[in-house]
Amino acid sequence: MDAIAKAARQPIRMRGRSYVAFTFCPVVPIAGWLEEIDVTLGRSPGFFVGKPVVLDLSAVDLSQSAIAHLVTSLEQRNIRVLGIEGVDEARLTTNMPPLLTGGRNCMLAANEPKKVEAKPKPASLLLDSPVRSGQSIFCEGDVTVLGSVGSGAEIVAGGSIHVYGALRGRAMAGFSGNASARIFCQKIEAELLAIDGYYQTAEEIDPALRNRPAQAWLEGDIMKITPLN
Amino acid sequence: MAKVLVVTSGKGGVGKTTTTAALGAALAQMGEKVVVVDFDVGLRNLDLIMGAERRVVFDLINVVQGVAKLSQALIRDKRLENLWLLPASQTRDKDALTDEGVKGIIDDLRTRFDWVLCDSPAGIERGATLAMRYADEAVIVTNPEVSSVRDSDRIIGMLDSKTVKAERGERVEKHVLITRYDPARAARGEMLSIDDILEILATPLLGIIPESQDVLRASNVGSPVTLNNAACAPARAYADAARRLMGETVAMMVPVERKGLMDRLLGRRAA
Repeated sequence: MDAIAKAARQPIRMRGRSYVAFTFCPVVPIAGWLEEIDVTLGRSPGFFVGKPVVLDLSAVDLSQSAIAHLVTSLEQRNIRVLGIEGVDEARLTTNMPPLLTGGRNCMLAANEPKKVEAKPKPASLLLDSPVRSGQSIFCEGDVTVLGSVGSGAEIVAGGSIHVYGALRGRAMAGFSGNASARIFCQKIEAELLAIDGYYQTAEEIDPALRNRPAQAWLEGDIMKITPLN
Repeated sequence: MAKVLVVTSGKGGVGKTTTTAALGAALAQMGEKVVVVDFDVGLRNLDLIMGAERRVVFDLINVVQGVAKLSQALIRDKRLENLWLLPASQTRDKDALTDEGVKGIIDDLRTRFDWVLCDSPAGIERGATLAMRYADEAVIVTNPEVSSVRDSDRIIGMLDSKTVKAERGERVEKHVLITRYDPARAARGEMLSIDDILEILATPLLGIIPESQDVLRASNVGSPVTLNNAACAPARAYADAARRLMGETVAMMVPVERKGLMDRLLGRRAA
């Protein structure tokens, strides 16, 4: 124990560094100002997460409890306040962010929220033989079948389904949320057609369409099936 | 090089055993050395159709388990000396079949015979998948009605995925054989037409066997229909199918309704 106490005492180094922080300038009414914050957050959720934020209260005259309430309101919106300026020190308690002075205006580096990269187009599948009854074909992209799809078979595709033959089984296109996927076939005798979760069974398909080339697509949440020529 | 041919269908009762016996006998009559193997363990029928049910001592399961040698289980046909039968067990069931056991038997049979015809059980479970597993060719027996056609489609899909040949990237050569074809009902539109069946199955046609009382007569006396009455319509159709299997080009005869004068006068159906 003595050995630890006698360990070489290292001086604590302190340096001054300056950082750039977003500064919020609330205006009265505070409730209205918070609503504006919410609108901004609605457009880019999480924009302020992890970013240092300073509250400039010079435009308002808030009591101690009002300041505490404001800081809490911002924390509820995942905005963490680093410091507060433009207010009398006496109004800040030790629980609140510290008082900052000497802030200078500067340019903010334009910090766009990361653009969602366009997902790479998933691979499509080409089958050059008929799909037999009982077979289940799964693909994240488009599926093209050079042949018929047998009764009792099913094709589940993230993209569109093209059948150069009779479609007698089930075809489920756009399963990953792709509402613009379509189903094409040379002869429609399908048991079930589904696009992005909206489905029609054989009973609901207009009998006038049977045995003709057809395509199925989604208009809103209604599946439309029309002849192809 | 021996050919292993599986006679399968998916659906039960369409004529697999009848076809195995008839094609086996027809090929043997052409001079080939043929063995017909019954894979319907527990519900064996091939021995009845071949007329050998009173001579079964050892069977396929005995050979799989090593209890008997293959030569002890093989039964020679009394009428055709190059036609043999490997019967199934009646007391066991299909779980007694093993992949290695079946492989060993098929490899052994390949060395002794020109043709190994495997009579598959109905269904898509172990018995059917093991019967087709080592096949080079397949005859898919189909009745001209919707449930049979759909089951045949399923079986064709399994031939392209569950056989050793398919796993190696090769193709099992497939043929569709339409059985129990009734020309009168086809004319009335009560049965699926040949074109519809072929369009759905997308597989070459081996033959069309007409519905006939001769098939029942032959099985009652324990004889393949091609041996019992070679002149009857189904026998001639099977003989043509066997010739096509051998590579000959034979014109396809669609059975037509033929009524004799007396039949017409008395309003009788053609046999």
